[in-house]
Amino acid sequence: MVYLLFFYFSIVVIGLAYKVISAKNPVHGVLTMLALFFHMAGFYLLLNAEFLAAVQVIVYCGAILVLYLFVLFLVDIKSEVKTGPFIKNGAKLAILSSILLLLTFLRGVKNFSLGPHGHFTIERVQEITHTKAIGQEVFTTYILPFEIAGLILLVAVIGGLALAKREAEGKEG
Amino acid sequence: MSNTFLFPVVSPLGPEIFLAAVACCLVIFDSLFKEQRNIFPVISITGATVTTLMVASSKGLGFSGMYNVDGFSVFFKIICLLALIFTVLMSHNHLKVLGVKREGEYYSLMLFACIGMMVMASALDLIVLYLGLELMALSVYCLVGIQKKDKRASEAAIKYFLLGAFASCLFLFGLSYIYGATGTTSLPVVTSFLTGEGIKSNPAFLLGLGLVLIAFSFKVAAAPFHMWTPDAYEGAMTPVTGFMSVAPKAAGFAALSRLLFEAFPALHGNWVLPFEIMIFLTMAIGNITAISQVSIKRMLAYSSIAHAGYALLGLLPGTAQGVSATMNYLFIYLFMNMGAFAVIVLLQQKGLAGERLEDYKGLAKSHPVAAGLMLVFMFSLTGIPPTAGFIGKFNLFVAALNAGYTGMVIWAVIFSAISAYFYLRVVMLMYMHEPQKEVAIVRSGALSAVLVMTLAGVLIIGIYPNDLLHLAGMIFGK
Repeated sequence: MVYLLFFYFSIVVIGLAYKVISAKNPVHGVLTMLALFFHMAGFYLLLNAEFLAAVQVIVYCGAILVLYLFVLFLVDIKSEVKTGPFIKNGAKLAILSSILLLLTFLRGVKNFSLGPHGHFTIERVQEITHTKAIGQEVFTTYILPFEIAGLILLVAVIGGLALAKREAEGKEG
Repeated sequence: MSNTFLFPVVSPLGPEIFLAAVACCLVIFDSLFKEQRNIFPVISITGATVTTLMVASSKGLGFSGMYNVDGFSVFFKIICLLALIFTVLMSHNHLKVLGVKREGEYYSLMLFACIGMMVMASALDLIVLYLGLELMALSVYCLVGIQKKDKRASEAAIKYFLLGAFASCLFLFGLSYIYGATGTTSLPVVTSFLTGEGIKSNPAFLLGLGLVLIAFSFKVAAAPFHMWTPDAYEGAMTPVTGFMSVAPKAAGFAALSRLLFEAFPALHGNWVLPFEIMIFLTMAIGNITAISQVSIKRMLAYSSIAHAGYALLGLLPGTAQGVSATMNYLFIYLFMNMGAFAVIVLLQQKGLAGERLEDYKGLAKSHPVAAGLMLVFMFSLTGIPPTAGFIGKFNLFVAALNAGYTGMVIWAVIFSAISAYFYLRVVMLMYMHEPQKEVAIVRSGALSAVLVMTLAGVLIIGIYPNDLLHLAGMIFGK
């Protein structure tokens, strides 16, 4: 049952991801991405990570995609900008290198042996609930990465302000 | 489950926390002090200097072994902080010349970038390493694009951002393989796993390592992952270009050396061949493409690619001597490259003026001091004694030779000879041509200070080289 669900989610995610990048209309692309993010949340549920699944839906589907849509509506992209390829026969080279890359990955994954588990086995997580487990880890063991992530968000705010704030035109001499 | 929470050891992060506080103050002051715009560089430099002093005396493991402040990371942190100080000194006047507002955000982003680099140099956990990398990268993307009205700057920022994001994806993808194969993100645990269980034969682990190495090659601008460099370096403001060519590179090398030598020493045989190919390509593309450039910033961008190749040469043998030669080289590169960019800042006006090579024609007649300084930095970048550049290259080549990489050293020497053409062409234009048009110079005390310090660095290290190498060797050899 779990494997069936996993295969369903995997195939749908790959298909939707292809649709996102191949969609001609950017709004269709964003809406396909919405479906993509919902299916990603399915993976988290399969991994006993219900908190992350909820966060995925709330943050990605709820907040980030709506932002994307706003940007799309504001920027009003009528048509794609088409430029000539930088490298001649780029498409052939790209296909060739993608196949090589795929073979490399397959070779890497073929003999994959899983590493040892940490403290949190599936039973432990089910017992104390995922939300509590992730909270404890983030605020004790991983407090330093958590704080650095806070700084990154601050930089994003400052950078966004510096780049987007309108300058007072009249004052410039 | 132990529910007792021990407060983590914070003291090794003192300098980073202090710098973050200064950076936050800068943002707040931006709206408080509308008129006194001169305070921002003063606060930034004071903050950076105090941080440098704090870094020099910080030591120890913090946050249950995630953060390691040792001599090695202190060395790289000091390179980044010195680059920060030089850049701030160069920026103040230049921002006025270009009419860029937002001083508060500009300097605070620079400080945040520096914190990211310090985190990268000290990280002993792959997640911390990644977050440090992102903190640095995001700040630098914004710094590149801060001249909003300039089309080249916006293009550079977008290109740098897209390729940087791509590199981050590769890094995370590689991390997930390493995590899957070892079940941990802590570097010491990964290392013990490698030596203990013979995971060397697990190709997934090698795949992860390969992806992580590619991501770092993006960051240090090694070929064939250098495509963003010329555009990003050309579009950014000249002080930012100087900063980008030195500090993120040093941080990238710090993280790379720590990964290769502390975490994965057992895998040396696996990465040496791809590394050799990469170094060869980096030196070849950097040095040969630089010849055909007409913009001095683009030329220095390709030269910085080539220098990344030389610096990687020190990592190739996997010996302590090699790593200390690379550290030494990056320290020297800080002075000579920052110096060269400071001369460009000196000559640069709004628009393209001072950026084209032809602006340097006859500079020796109109501005002999500026031309003389450029001469010293160009000699140093070429690697001509008695400048520091010679010592740096010499040590790298000796380290590689001792480890038996004769072929690579021969190529490196050939490519340095090629590099003499485009560095000395600048000297030739300055000294053997008549001035074509009046080139104005933007003098400022802060800029002169940078020029004096970088000149002193290049000459003192060039004449008394042993002390620095000894220091770098002592730090890594212990």
